Amino acid sequence: MSDLWNGLCQAFWMVVTLDADLVEITLRSLRVTLSALLIASLIALPLAAFLSVRRFRFRRATIAVMNALMGLPPVVVGLLVYIVLSRSGPFGVFGLLFTPTAMIIAQVIIIVPLIASIAHQSLRELWSDYHDLLISMNATQSQRVRAILWDGRRALLTAALAGFGRAIGEVGAIMVVGGNIDHVTRVLTTAIALETGKGDFALALSLGFVLIAMAIAVNIAIHWLTRTEQEGRW
Amino acid sequence: MPLMPLTVKQAVSRRRGQVLVGPVDLTLTPEGVTIVIGPNGSGKTSLLRMLHGIARLNAGTIDWACPLEEAREKQAFVFQTPVMMRRSVRDNLAYPLLLGGTPKQEARNKAEHWAEKVGLGNFLTRQATVLSGGERQKLAIARALIRDPEVLFLDEPCAALDGRAMREVEEILQTAAKGGTRLVMSTHNMGQARRLATEVVFMLNGKIHECAPAATFFETPSTPQAHAFLRGDIVE
Repeated sequence: MSDLWNGLCQAFWMVVTLDADLVEITLRSLRVTLSALLIASLIALPLAAFLSVRRFRFRRATIAVMNALMGLPPVVVGLLVYIVLSRSGPFGVFGLLFTPTAMIIAQVIIIVPLIASIAHQSLRELWSDYHDLLISMNATQSQRVRAILWDGRRALLTAALAGFGRAIGEVGAIMVVGGNIDHVTRVLTTAIALETGKGDFALALSLGFVLIAMAIAVNIAIHWLTRTEQEGRW
Repeated sequence: MPLMPLTVKQAVSRRRGQVLVGPVDLTLTPEGVTIVIGPNGSGKTSLLRMLHGIARLNAGTIDWACPLEEAREKQAFVFQTPVMMRRSVRDNLAYPLLLGGTPKQEARNKAEHWAEKVGLGNFLTRQATVLSGGERQKLAIARALIRDPEVLFLDEPCAALDGRAMREVEEILQTAAKGGTRLVMSTHNMGQARRLATEVVFMLNGKIHECAPAATFFETPSTPQAHAFLRGDIVE
């Protein structure tokens, strides 16, 4: 119980005094996660819309694989990305291992299936509503995709936020490909793992509270900015 | 190039092996209001969907007077349950114009004009999904008419409307018909059929049993089934 209390107090003081390390780690966490979220959304959302609108031979199999990949073990993803980016791997020449870019790549691989799957569930329902109307209006395939992406934007935001939640809390893969290097690849989750390993539970807890607060703050900020709760505004 | 007449020969539409409608033969001339009537499950909706091209044509031919691509551009469809896009009233109305390449400002101006025309001028910025049933159907009809289609198919557009909303919808349709839009509409409401129809198509079990001018059909239906249907009997 005292660890919890100490953690809370320490977290409070670190935030109030704008602890330099905390700010640096937090900003890096945000930069890596938001970059991964942006790239993953650019891949996953059109993919989800395409799978909703287009009928093709292996569509069901593709959806099944996509859903299955939601449960991809992050540490395995980390290992695969590590092998691909290591000096002897196919992309070793780029020297990306143990950089924030490698962490972004791992996070993208982890959250693309999650965002695509959740988005697909919503867009499939929307498409069943719009199907006859858009065919009747003679909309082209790309116009159909754009229509459901735009009209389903609230549900897509939820999918993206789920991806953000998964990415910001991710530790296994980014520990493997990032290496938790101080001032280079250390983010909140890997720092928590490190402090826990060192037995500094109060600091680990304080970083944990900051992580939770940040995740909640980002969610609230996005909802507030996009006014998702106000019908007709967005 | 004009869209009409429409010539349908031995047309059949199936779904999962079951015949929904057909084989049917039908010719629609360029003018007038064709009302499709018949009991539930007789194939009215399937006929309209097949003519419009939403339902698959499995056999026979549907020939417009112009090439099919051009024909698709010149027709519109209003569904029994209006499909409201998750947008404002103005954006719902502007959408078909934007699809056709109309500049955004011009589409918005035309949308506002049509919203006024159908009595939705005060709801321009309101989400279409929160409109009442009558308002939704008026919006759906305006959205269908905004591209000036030569043919408008309507699948029981007044099925869930009260008397007042029905009258408003009928006024919009009569104005459109006077403006040269060919209406092909299904209904269960015989009063409405008598008010609007210049031609009646009576359907039963997926086939056209009778196609006649409205006055002739309502005065002297030629088949016993049509006679029984007009009397209000159950027809099978």
